[in-house]
Amino acid sequence: MAPRRILLATAVTALVLAGAAYAQPRSGVVRPPDEARLPLRELGSQLYAGNCSACHGIDGSGQRVPRRTTEGIEGQGPSLRGVGARSVDFYLRTGYMPISEPEEQPTRRRPLFNEREIRALVDYVSSLPPPGPPIPQPHPERGNLAEGYELFVEHCAGCHQATAQGGVTTGARVPPLEDASAVQIAQSVRIGPYLMPKFSERQISDEELDSIIAYAELVSKRPPDEGGWGIGNLGPVPEGMVTWWLGAVVLVLVCVLIGRRLRA
Amino acid sequence: MIRQTVHFLDSRTGAVPFMRKSLRYIFPDHWSFLLGEIALYAFIVLVGTGVYLTLFFEPSFAETTYTGSYKPMQGLTMSEAYRSALDLSFDVTSGLLMRQAHHWASNIFVAAIVLHLLRVFFTGGFRKPRELTWALGLMMLFASLLEGYLGYSMIDDLLSGIGLAIGYGVVLSVPVVGADLALGLWGGPFPGDAAWESRMYVAHVFLLPILIGILMAAHLALVASRHHAQFKSAKRATERKLVGMPAYPAQVPRSIGLLFATAALIFLLGGLVQINPIWQWGPFEVAQGTNGAQPDWYLGWLIGSLRLVPGFDVTIADYNLIPNPFWGGALFPIIVMAVLGAWPWLERRFGGDSHSHNILDRPRDVPVRTAFGVAFFTWVALIFIAGSADRATVFFGLDYEAQVIFFRVAVIVIPLVAFFTTRRICRELKRSEEIGFDQERAEEEAEEEEEAQEAEREKEAAPA
Repeated sequence: MAPRRILLATAVTALVLAGAAYAQPRSGVVRPPDEARLPLRELGSQLYAGNCSACHGIDGSGQRVPRRTTEGIEGQGPSLRGVGARSVDFYLRTGYMPISEPEEQPTRRRPLFNEREIRALVDYVSSLPPPGPPIPQPHPERGNLAEGYELFVEHCAGCHQATAQGGVTTGARVPPLEDASAVQIAQSVRIGPYLMPKFSERQISDEELDSIIAYAELVSKRPPDEGGWGIGNLGPVPEGMVTWWLGAVVLVLVCVLIGRRLRA
Repeated sequence: MIRQTVHFLDSRTGAVPFMRKSLRYIFPDHWSFLLGEIALYAFIVLVGTGVYLTLFFEPSFAETTYTGSYKPMQGLTMSEAYRSALDLSFDVTSGLLMRQAHHWASNIFVAAIVLHLLRVFFTGGFRKPRELTWALGLMMLFASLLEGYLGYSMIDDLLSGIGLAIGYGVVLSVPVVGADLALGLWGGPFPGDAAWESRMYVAHVFLLPILIGILMAAHLALVASRHHAQFKSAKRATERKLVGMPAYPAQVPRSIGLLFATAALIFLLGGLVQINPIWQWGPFEVAQGTNGAQPDWYLGWLIGSLRLVPGFDVTIADYNLIPNPFWGGALFPIIVMAVLGAWPWLERRFGGDSHSHNILDRPRDVPVRTAFGVAFFTWVALIFIAGSADRATVFFGLDYEAQVIFFRVAVIVIPLVAFFTTRRICRELKRSEEIGFDQERAEEEAEEEEEAQEAEREKEAAPA
């Protein structure tokens, strides 16, 4: 049946691409040469074999024991069985995956795969049984900002900061939400990437999630800076910098100017 | 007109001789003496804007539902204090400008005090007969820190709540009496009862401003009675002879100009640069917090010290005698204050100089004091910078734990390096000056000799 054939094909392409991978720069991704002509599922399978299988296993069931591969990566990764399109889409579009140093915290960057490649990988990984959750479709426009504020401060601000500018927790840097899309916020709340806790629908309902996203997008992308220049919406640290580097410098210059020695 | 007014006042107060004397009062003629004045003018702006704010602020923890014009908060329950601060920001005419100008003024007020303090320290302006002026200035500085802390704490927004939680923890950590002290001040366990808000309010708008005002008056009275100290570079200046410019026509326009410049800068900042956007922090509830909560800059050194002190308590059996926050939150500022306060006496005791001084030192003239000052203020500044290490992690990706370890070493090593480097630089500068003097003197002598020889030759030539 299909899964077995796919596995076989994956194994073969993995072997073929292993040679190619060896020639690739360490951070680069491995692409099949005839990418444009391949059907989506086939492309996904080949990309998976070339770029993901080293850690997540050839059949997507993960790898517990670290293993040195041709690329020099300590191969150890979680199972992707049942994670669904929700996770795969999130990790690829944020550029969190593929990662070259599995020990390090994944950080946001330009995705290494193009649009069609991402769709192909999402399609391929989510086709591995058992079926997983689909990509969520949040509706922040239906959310309520006041409710969103309360939930955001209760669940998110402790790490992401009240205006979603990011911060520090024990063992991780917390990303700002400025660049996160509504879909990505919805995905991460359910997935809980890296050290972030994941929230079930009993903890945060989809309607509440809409409100949270509405508030997070407001403060991080269109902060209500009624008071003028927002200096980063970070609170007192930039305010202190303005005090010293602008206020104090200007006033000292004024003193020097008007305090010049008078000729008696 | 003016003549009549003056006559009217003089015949009823007899103030003209005093006024005449005031107008002739001699002011120093160097820009660095204006730094303290900035603090005075910022204080005037603080009082003015503060009075406006009290007309609308509601110092109460009573619960209310927000119905003002800031949409994202509509329908939320919050304290009257926070509600009225929101109204000040969105619905009161000029309220936001006044709030922001008030807050910028406070930041600039303390910055000006610190600059003024540095000038006085490094020029030895605190020496006899001005030790009391110095002590009053320090008291003003520490009263201002408390004043500022209470000011942004009583708004009851998320940041102020977190700041108060830290303050409560530090008060609790005072050995033996801490728990009673905290409960007494707050009127109950954190976040305290309704009276706590009134206490902060009364202290912020009444007790501390009056205290600062009195200290300021005494500070200025002492400055005037002892007259200013002066730099040697002023021609004719000696320990006995005061050189400077009269109040009128020299100093008065300067001071008025500086008042306007300070006020203008504060209101420009207040109108253009956002400060403490409380609507973005939201109302405080005990269970809530935000990452990256920070105090205003002038308390940043205390956050830094709380973070840098390694985690340990002093316990006797089961009794926690000295909880950890005491070291960074209470002992550290006490040490800083004690060192600064005791410095004039330390210098007299160990420097062996108990004379009166009206001539200021140049920093290089007293290498040990200058070196100590650089080391001491570097120490405080490093701890201050460590207080914002979490932001350095967010911005520059520096590892947080690594920064803490770095600063723990740096606060010991760098001040020591600063001490010896500064002392060396001061001594070298002085030596190079002495060499310069010797060279000049030698050249002058040589020239004189040459002239003398020439004259002799001419004399010899003349009879022939």
